[in-house]
Amino acid sequence: MSFTPLPVHVRTARLVATAVARRSGVQEALLDEVRLAVGEACSRAVEAHRAHCPAEPVRIELTGADGRFEVVVTDAAARDDGSQGLMGGPEGENGLPGPGYGLPPGDGLPGEDVGADEPDPLLPQGLGLAVIAGLADDVKISRTPAGLSIRMSWPLGEFQG
Amino acid sequence: MDLKLDHHTKDGIEVVDVEGEIDVYTAPRLRELLIELVNNGHYQLVVNMEKVEFLDSTGLGVLVGGLKRVRAHDGSLDLVCTQERILKIFRITGLTKVFGIHDTVDEAITVRKSEK
Repeated sequence: MSFTPLPVHVRTARLVATAVARRSGVQEALLDEVRLAVGEACSRAVEAHRAHCPAEPVRIELTGADGRFEVVVTDAAARDDGSQGLMGGPEGENGLPGPGYGLPPGDGLPGEDVGADEPDPLLPQGLGLAVIAGLADDVKISRTPAGLSIRMSWPLGEFQG
Repeated sequence: MDLKLDHHTKDGIEVVDVEGEIDVYTAPRLRELLIELVNNGHYQLVVNMEKVEFLDSTGLGVLVGGLKRVRAHDGSLDLVCTQERILKIFRITGLTKVFGIHDTVDEAITVRKSEK
């Protein structure tokens, strides 16, 4: 499915993903992780689209096969702004944050150095992907000329359909 | 559920009660409230998250932004949270080392006042 890149739709997207995960057989104990990880991926994609291509929809695929429930969130926000890496922090495997992302040097606070009179970045660079990396059972992030694709999956338990 | 925000003063500390979901859609309202409180001279804040049902990195960013603002005035921003699914996000991001996280508002206020 795809949706217009508006923040108000992110809640719906994560609720739908959680419902599909439940019906596909993902264990109840993992559903909170699915909900949060999908929300993070969609939030990141919405922010990217709003900055680069607000008319383009965000795409999300939900599939259950081969014992895995897989979610793929794909944006179409090709970036030519020279931004470094995916995380704005130390990178580890698969473009995911390296260890110790959460506490960079300095004042110990992640995100951009925000002056008291400047607006906060709503989504501190890389923090969302750091959360995804900590939640999803398996994560692969790939950048294409068209944009970024976040593929996350969790094990399926007993099919409940 | 949408986001409900309220605040009151207790023992000289401003307590912000947050209820509902903090995400990319609702987080700007929390950010505006924190900015408003700091602009009005409230530099000792406790954010009560006991009724928060969902928190993502957008919400974390707003809390970090609030912490930076109060620290600029030698203030503090402590959190009240006992929900494991919310605490997990703070642990994943390493922010348990940045925020004071307490079980109750009274505990947060007591600890804050004892550190003055």
